[in-house]
Amino acid sequence: MKKFILDLHVVERQLLHREYVLLKLTNPDAALPEMCPGQFAELRVDASKTTFLRRPISINFVDYERNEVWFLIRMIGDGTRALGLLREGDTLNAVLPLGNSFTMSGAQFPKVSDDASLLLVGGGVGTAPLLFLGSELKKRGYKPVFLLGARTAGDLLELEEFSKIGELFTTTEDGSQGERGFVVHHSVLQSRKFSWIYSCGPKPMMQAVAAYAAAAGRIPCEVSLENKMACGVGACLCCVENTKEGHKCVCKEGPVFNTEDLLWQN
Amino acid sequence: MRVQGRPGIQYGGFVMAELSVQIGKLQMKNPVMTASGTFGYGLEFEDFMDISRIGGIIVKGTTRYHREGNPYPRMAETPSGMLNAVGLQNKGVEYFCEYIYPQISGIDTNMIVNVSGSAVEDYAETARMINSLEKIPAIELNISCPNVKQGGMAFGVSAKGAAEVVSAVRKVYDKTLIVKLSPNVTNIAEIACAVEAAGADSVSLINTLLGMAIDAERRRPLLSTVTGGLSGPAVKPIALRMVWQVAKAVKIPVIGLGGIMNATDAIEFFLAGASAIQIGTANFIDPATCVKVIDGINDYLDRHHYSSVQEIVGALEL
Repeated sequence: MKKFILDLHVVERQLLHREYVLLKLTNPDAALPEMCPGQFAELRVDASKTTFLRRPISINFVDYERNEVWFLIRMIGDGTRALGLLREGDTLNAVLPLGNSFTMSGAQFPKVSDDASLLLVGGGVGTAPLLFLGSELKKRGYKPVFLLGARTAGDLLELEEFSKIGELFTTTEDGSQGERGFVVHHSVLQSRKFSWIYSCGPKPMMQAVAAYAAAAGRIPCEVSLENKMACGVGACLCCVENTKEGHKCVCKEGPVFNTEDLLWQN
Repeated sequence: MRVQGRPGIQYGGFVMAELSVQIGKLQMKNPVMTASGTFGYGLEFEDFMDISRIGGIIVKGTTRYHREGNPYPRMAETPSGMLNAVGLQNKGVEYFCEYIYPQISGIDTNMIVNVSGSAVEDYAETARMINSLEKIPAIELNISCPNVKQGGMAFGVSAKGAAEVVSAVRKVYDKTLIVKLSPNVTNIAEIACAVEAAGADSVSLINTLLGMAIDAERRRPLLSTVTGGLSGPAVKPIALRMVWQVAKAVKIPVIGLGGIMNATDAIEFFLAGASAIQIGTANFIDPATCVKVIDGINDYLDRHHYSSVQEIVGALEL
């Protein structure tokens, strides 16, 4: 997929909860390029004196009709804070789309006609790419099931958007919404049988989801990994994950990996 | 505004300056190169610009044998720069010759291989194998990478060690030999002179500066190797100073690098004595930096009524 360097314009900024900001951006010059769920953008941070490198942020949603791309920003450091404090009308330089994407077809992939049951498990800001993924799956005739977890009810983001796309289950650590506890303890994992699992969130959560998938009859499980990146295009080899085939770049050969290829069990 | 045209020919009031330079036997259409390890094999950046416009593309560090590199984390952002400890991850020179070379040999510019090693014989053997590749007109010898425990550091920090590896490679390599110098030395001009005497056609400097970053909250280093190589604008003043010192000390052309983010930075290196420059870390911030720098150098030369880039090499007024 061809990559672009674009000066995007902020058309909407929503403070979702405390440190979470949703940015909706448009390309004023042309139609946005085609992007796939799981891919990310390298966003240049201009308004922070302490930030030098771009910030890799996953694509939250693409609205081709409105020519909008959405990014969910968790303001956690100086760089992401500067991004989260952008205002409507500001310009944001983005390199996109980067990385591989979640599997949505192929010989191994369950068919709609086979009553496929696809589970999308997200934690915290890691729920971001699952919105785009769910909507693309829905377009293809699937009925995605979301299982989203967070610390508190307020940390569960974009629930209205998710519920428009598919069935939604939630957990919170404090019990303020959905079942109390972690996503891997949610009752839906026991009551339903899934044929494919996607996950994005904190690494311990994804590892627990991978362990569940393996134990529940080796359900194929894809995870989107996070990593500190410099180039974002596979040139600098900084953001490696150790896999069964050696070091792989999360930015180019990921961020989506099948958990069978990772060394998480060791 | 950029005007297309041949050097020296006037187009509607604009004169295209002569940007071509010669490094050893290497003819370059302009003095802008990419720094090894920051530009992959060039192919990663094809979507962003016409990479054949770049004067020379120095590809990833290549060693005699496969190297898996250092464990994660390999990178830490620092004020105006970054530390890296990649550890020369590459699949070895045989893999390069068989699988990478066919993919890059058609790129219409100078494709240069950065060669590294942990023993003199490995450097020589790697260089000898690359010597036979028709479309690789030069190599850059990395005698300075600070990341590798058993790597090039030992060669690059002494005049004797540097000369030893350069002599060994010179015996088996007859194309343009560039030697990349380490800044982690007391007297870089002395090393440069030793490398020149051993047969180098050019020196490039500076490689990364040895640095360190700590996570105070966790009381742990930010890199798996504790220390790593610092690059980016943070190192530019040191790089300029070293280029200036080395350019005065040697007769061979000097290639300057270290924190160049734009054409103005590049001009500063020419004024300090560099005949060509390399763009490294800037590729991560703006993947199209190289072509912008080429255009910007041309604009500077036009604006100051120079007809060629050679006129400003070492033209610092004291």
